[in-house]
Amino acid sequence: MTTALSIPLEHVFFLAIILFLIGAFGVLIRRNIIFMLLSLEIMMNACGLAFVAAGARWAEPDGQIMFMFILALAAAEVAVALGLVVQFARRFETLDIDRAEELNG
Amino acid sequence: MNLSFFLFYISAAVAITTAIMAVTRKNASHALIYLVVTLLSIAVIFFLLGAPFAAALEIVIYAGAIVVLFLFVVMMLNLGRSSVARESQWLRPGMWVLPAILSGVLFIVFGYTVLQTENSAMIEGQVVPPKEVGTVLFHEYLLGVELAGVLLLAALVGAFHLGRRYLEERREN
Repeated sequence: MTTALSIPLEHVFFLAIILFLIGAFGVLIRRNIIFMLLSLEIMMNACGLAFVAAGARWAEPDGQIMFMFILALAAAEVAVALGLVVQFARRFETLDIDRAEELNG
Repeated sequence: MNLSFFLFYISAAVAITTAIMAVTRKNASHALIYLVVTLLSIAVIFFLLGAPFAAALEIVIYAGAIVVLFLFVVMMLNLGRSSVARESQWLRPGMWVLPAILSGVLFIVFGYTVLQTENSAMIEGQVVPPKEVGTVLFHEYLLGVELAGVLLLAALVGAFHLGRRYLEERREN
């Protein structure tokens, strides 16, 4: 069975690169922690896309399995990071990441 | 040239556009809605690449669980109009120039590396069914599955610990 797709592998890689760089750009320009986490999600998705594309090139399941590990990592990261965001917002009354520069409890 | 071919490029364009919108919005809820559209178009691409299980997981876990977690926190912190005004203050015009140049340089480096690969070939969209994925996942990658379980347990304990103090102090007030 096939989805009758016929595109070069590089095109999917270029899409992954562009999405990754959009995420990196978002991390660089934002000061709000929630938006930085959101940009990190876009970057992780780009990595997963590259893995799935490489798996599809050889029609092997390993790419999808790596994507599932990335998914588990993203879920764990978001759970802990959003807990930290809630603590941060309570302590500093803002979401400005620059307020965390001293890191002294 | 067939429908799948065009669907791929349409979804790619939608994914890139909505990703740019998501990282530049001032209202957190709007950004999250754009992120959902990005994730859904990536799911379409997974489906076209012949990975239906990954596409389903992308929708169920990313768009369904992770974004909802974000939305809960945005609602809990009560980010309203004042936060939009603060975002406009933080996102000054001109501050995106250097990050954009750096991203462009990285794009050139990445693109050059990808174009140098010798394994370039066409993706035919051969479907790898969930059964095959599951078989390999629980045989060759069993250790990885166990480690992912431990990671999720650690995240659960960490999130509980971080959230509990907040809830207790709220109750005291």
